[in-house]
Amino acid sequence: MNNVVQGLQLMPISYYISFCSILFVIGMIGVLIKRNALVIFMSIELMLNSINLLLAAFSVYHNDPAGQILVIFIMVVAAAEVAVGLSILVVTYRKNNSIDVNLLNQLKG
Amino acid sequence: MLTISLILLPLLASLILFLLKDKKGFHILALVASLAELVLGIVALFGFDKGAARNFPFDAMWIKSMGISFSFGMSGLSLLLVLLTVFLVPMIILTTFHRDNKYSSAFYGLILLMQSALVGVFTSSDGFLFYIFWEMALIPIYFICGLWGGENKIKITLKFFIYTMLGSLFMLTALIWLYIKTPAPHTFNIDTMVMVKLPLGEQFWVFLAFFLGFAIKIPVFPFHSWQPDTYTVAPAAGSMLLAGIMLKMGLYGILRFLIPSCSFTVIQFAPVVMIMAITGLLYGSVIAIKQKEIKRLIAYSSFAHVGLMTAALFALNVDALQGTIYQMISHGFNVVALFFIADIIQRRTNTLQINELGGIAKVAPRFAVFFMIVMLGSVALPLTNGFIGEFLMLVGMVQYSFYVAAIAGISIILGAVYMFWLYQRSMYGETKPVTAAFADLTSTEMWVAVPLIIIIIAMGVYPKPILEIAKPTVESILFSLKPLKEAIIPVL
Amino acid sequence: MNTLAALVPILPLLSFLVIGLNFRRLPKPVTSILACGSVLVSFIFSVVLFFHIKGGNPTVNVTLFEWIPAAATSLGFSFVVDPLSSLMLLIVTGVGFLIHVYSIGYMHDDEGFNRFFSYMNLFVFSMLVLVLGSNYLMMFIGWEGVGLCSYLLIGFWFKNQAYNNAAKKAFIMNRIGDLGFLLGMFILYVQFGSLDYQTVFAKASLLESGNLILTIATMLLFVGAIGKSAQIPLFTWLPDAMAGPTPVSALIHAATMVTAGVYMVARSHALYILAPATMMVIAVIGITTALFAATIAIFQNDIKKVLAYSTVSQLGYMFVGLGMGAFTGAMFHLTTHAFFKALLFLAAGSVIHAMGGEQDIRKMGGLKKALPITWLVFLAGTIAISGIPPFSGFFSKDEILLHAYEQNKVIWVLGILGSLMTAFYMFRLFYLTFAGMFRGTDKQKQHLHESPKSMTIPLIILAVLAVAGGLLNIPAVFGGSSSLNTFLSPIFGSGVEPVGEVSYGTEILLMSIAVIGSLAMIGFAWFRFVKTATIPVTDGIKRPALSNLLYHKYYIDEIYQFLIEKPVLWLSDIMHLFDVYVIDKTVNFVGNATVWLGKQSGFLQTGNIGFYLIAMVLSIVAFLVFGLMI
Repeated sequence: MNNVVQGLQLMPISYYISFCSILFVIGMIGVLIKRNALVIFMSIELMLNSINLLLAAFSVYHNDPAGQILVIFIMVVAAAEVAVGLSILVVTYRKNNSIDVNLLNQLKG
Repeated sequence: MLTISLILLPLLASLILFLLKDKKGFHILALVASLAELVLGIVALFGFDKGAARNFPFDAMWIKSMGISFSFGMSGLSLLLVLLTVFLVPMIILTTFHRDNKYSSAFYGLILLMQSALVGVFTSSDGFLFYIFWEMALIPIYFICGLWGGENKIKITLKFFIYTMLGSLFMLTALIWLYIKTPAPHTFNIDTMVMVKLPLGEQFWVFLAFFLGFAIKIPVFPFHSWQPDTYTVAPAAGSMLLAGIMLKMGLYGILRFLIPSCSFTVIQFAPVVMIMAITGLLYGSVIAIKQKEIKRLIAYSSFAHVGLMTAALFALNVDALQGTIYQMISHGFNVVALFFIADIIQRRTNTLQINELGGIAKVAPRFAVFFMIVMLGSVALPLTNGFIGEFLMLVGMVQYSFYVAAIAGISIILGAVYMFWLYQRSMYGETKPVTAAFADLTSTEMWVAVPLIIIIIAMGVYPKPILEIAKPTVESILFSLKPLKEAIIPVL
Repeated sequence: MNTLAALVPILPLLSFLVIGLNFRRLPKPVTSILACGSVLVSFIFSVVLFFHIKGGNPTVNVTLFEWIPAAATSLGFSFVVDPLSSLMLLIVTGVGFLIHVYSIGYMHDDEGFNRFFSYMNLFVFSMLVLVLGSNYLMMFIGWEGVGLCSYLLIGFWFKNQAYNNAAKKAFIMNRIGDLGFLLGMFILYVQFGSLDYQTVFAKASLLESGNLILTIATMLLFVGAIGKSAQIPLFTWLPDAMAGPTPVSALIHAATMVTAGVYMVARSHALYILAPATMMVIAVIGITTALFAATIAIFQNDIKKVLAYSTVSQLGYMFVGLGMGAFTGAMFHLTTHAFFKALLFLAAGSVIHAMGGEQDIRKMGGLKKALPITWLVFLAGTIAISGIPPFSGFFSKDEILLHAYEQNKVIWVLGILGSLMTAFYMFRLFYLTFAGMFRGTDKQKQHLHESPKSMTIPLIILAVLAVAGGLLNIPAVFGGSSSLNTFLSPIFGSGVEPVGEVSYGTEILLMSIAVIGSLAMIGFAWFRFVKTATIPVTDGIKRPALSNLLYHKYYIDEIYQFLIEKPVLWLSDIMHLFDVYVIDKTVNFVGNATVWLGKQSGFLQTGNIGFYLIAMVLSIVAFLVFGLMI
């Protein structure tokens, strides 16, 4: 086990950071430009997972399990969020026959 | 435990009432609950120890890291206000027992919820709890006025709600500021909070925030514009709760927080506050003279009375404070009695316009006697409860400044003018169409009227017990001011 | 003795409670017995107390309980019986009892019979508290209490709004005075730390004469007396107060309540002698009122109004006495005035009763035949008030005038002038009522009858007192011993009022001037109203300017209405408008401005989720950049 940790620590942290940043930005761009709510959801998941990965990496790098605990938390929250979000989507679809987010403008001031 | 039971009993009763959904006999349940509360209050009165600083204490940690705890206790002042509450609520509930009663069980639930909150305000020893109860008291009265009120109720109630809420937020700011300034670890314990010695610059802002919060609640001129409308549209029971008990929260707050925590600024700005309060006193009295509607007249007269109380508070001497506390109690009973009278008149004649009334004394002599005694109490005739308070307040104000007392004294004349005018126009003369069949007090109404009469006269003839209960509180409040008094030059 | 002293006020109170709580059920005889009986027992106790004090016993002090524990002192609910209060006790309970008995007959067919007697008993209670109280606060209880009873009784026939207005006016004018009383009391409290008579007087005696604070305090207390005793400028309520039943006018507005101011000043004489400025003000106000009211009385045609203005005028004399330092003289005049004015009012009531409610003397005349007893007692009262020896009014008025002569000749001259006017208007009233031909309707003529026994007997007793009341204090010049002086000397001290400088010769000369002048005025009245039988002009006919002015009471009511009532009502309207249109609108403006701001910033909420997201991301980036830059 120790070997695995040491092996992982051998890889420079900047790799992890760069990779995760790229993943995060991809997710963010997806959220910004896509109009399909389902795709937006997937992009959000991507952003969350990039953060999770980074947290796990830091956790290993610092030898601190707190990061991994946080990952579990985020996964739980994400699951809950998806459950709520998907149900909203279903309702929206029933109402609009579409899941285009631009149709969700009832809160217009 | 006693204080906790005093808070929980009406709370539980109100929950039951909310769940009952208009099952038969719900108003009896409300009455029984309030009477049980009254018994508890009387137990508190007899178990009260004048020597102790904090009676019936209850302390339990709540949010330890922030120094917030469930702690309650009663000073003499708290006891008196709790007694006022527990005496008035059964009466207020009884006043709604009549044939054309349109109230649901939720209405009684709200009254009891309000009672719970009021007792909480008067007994909290923790600033955070105090704030919670303070806001909790606002919610039931909002619904009482908003759901069962008269014309334009939504607009007026909303204004009242937002206005007082604004004041509460100022008060919250001041509370938090004091909390931050308590020695670490910070605590919301009121006694510790008010002991904080604030630098003068800060004291001014804390004073201002507290004063705004309390002044809107009381209300002090010129923050009173919510009051006449709200009293007028609120259902009778709502007006009674508001004027009888709720506005005492503001005066209580001044005594509990403002004077001890900002003593320097209080002494410095006492003349300013006095001018505002006395302006309100005369202003309200003069306006009341030409009001055409009974409830609005009572509203302005109540506004005038609290003006005198506020002015006396800032005279900061034993007589004035004793008088104010006494007047807080007697005004509670008198104003409830006045709204009760207005309610009776409104139900029987369907009008509150004074010029449509007349000759009631002829057809309803018992009602006339009741109204007469209440009126005498309210114009402070000796041997009624109003006199003791006004006498002590004016004596106290004379010690502060003769001119202030002399100007405030004019209200004694004006008070007689509008009250006697009201009485004459509504009770005397020939009967009018709407008053010709005016029924005298029913037996249920006598159950409210007779205790009120007894209280008005008993408090006027033998005020000593109440004054003695209040005395230790007054002395402890003034004790810390003593060294400051000579040293500070007022701003005016 | 202590129990007795406490029972004196408590008995009427109990009777009030019993009658008041059962006023619908009690039969009239029971009410009569209760009401009169309680006052009679109080009177008997008062007599016992009077002789107890007269026997040289020390004053009786009773503290029932501690009333208000104020900071500086504890104010007790306590009574004191000393020579001054025992004298007042006799007047209040004695005259009060006679008037109660009279009322049984007078009110016999009024539907508010029980209510009337409960109020009367409450009044007697309040008045007794006023005179018995051993501190200023106790006096104030009675002071306001009698004001309330006066209000209730003036407006007794409450269906008539004019009567109610008179009652309200009385109460409010009294309240103006009461404010002065209260403020004076406060000054005493702050200055001496007590309101107890003994303590206050003891501490005051250490101050020098003319002390400013004392002067202000006594002035303020005197303002209270002005209100209660109907002096200028607060006298206009008393004539209006005649709206009440006649026994009320006799008891409250002639014999007892209106003299409370005199009693108060006499009671506080220890303060007043140290305030010469106040004494002078009292004398000036007293003499002005005396003359002012007398001139008005000459032109009034309502039998009760004439008596009312005469009461105001006589009260003015009492204040002249007080202002001149003749405290005993003032109390003496108070006593005799209680006798003869109660008598006159009750006799007037008997006349009104016989006339079926008519009060206008122009419609009376020739009542001597129909009402012989009333005629006789009215004559006795009229002579007494006109100051003809040896009737009581002569002695008491003379004592006051004598002091005035000694101290200030101008006031003496004015006093004589007033006493001449008194003789004239009283005999004008007497002749117009009883002499000449009957001028009323035929129906009234049929109705004329002498009053029942319950009314005439009190009249006869009062007439005897009015005639012989002077015996109380016969001056030394007639070989008397000034017994009232001696009796009251423990209160007023003997040093205050000896008449030393005026020789007996001068004294008799002064008396003769007054008496001869009065007789001349009586002769003039006889000539004008009997010999030439002049009847005052009816309303609506133009009068000469001066007489018009007097007939309209110098337009004082109208002036007050214009100067005070109208501006206050006007102010009330203005303030209400200010409240609604300025204060309320300001608050609403703040609220509306918030709503407006909210509306304006609403454009940011486009409803486009993409826009929200971009805004969010850009903001985060901006914050990050900002964070990096610092």
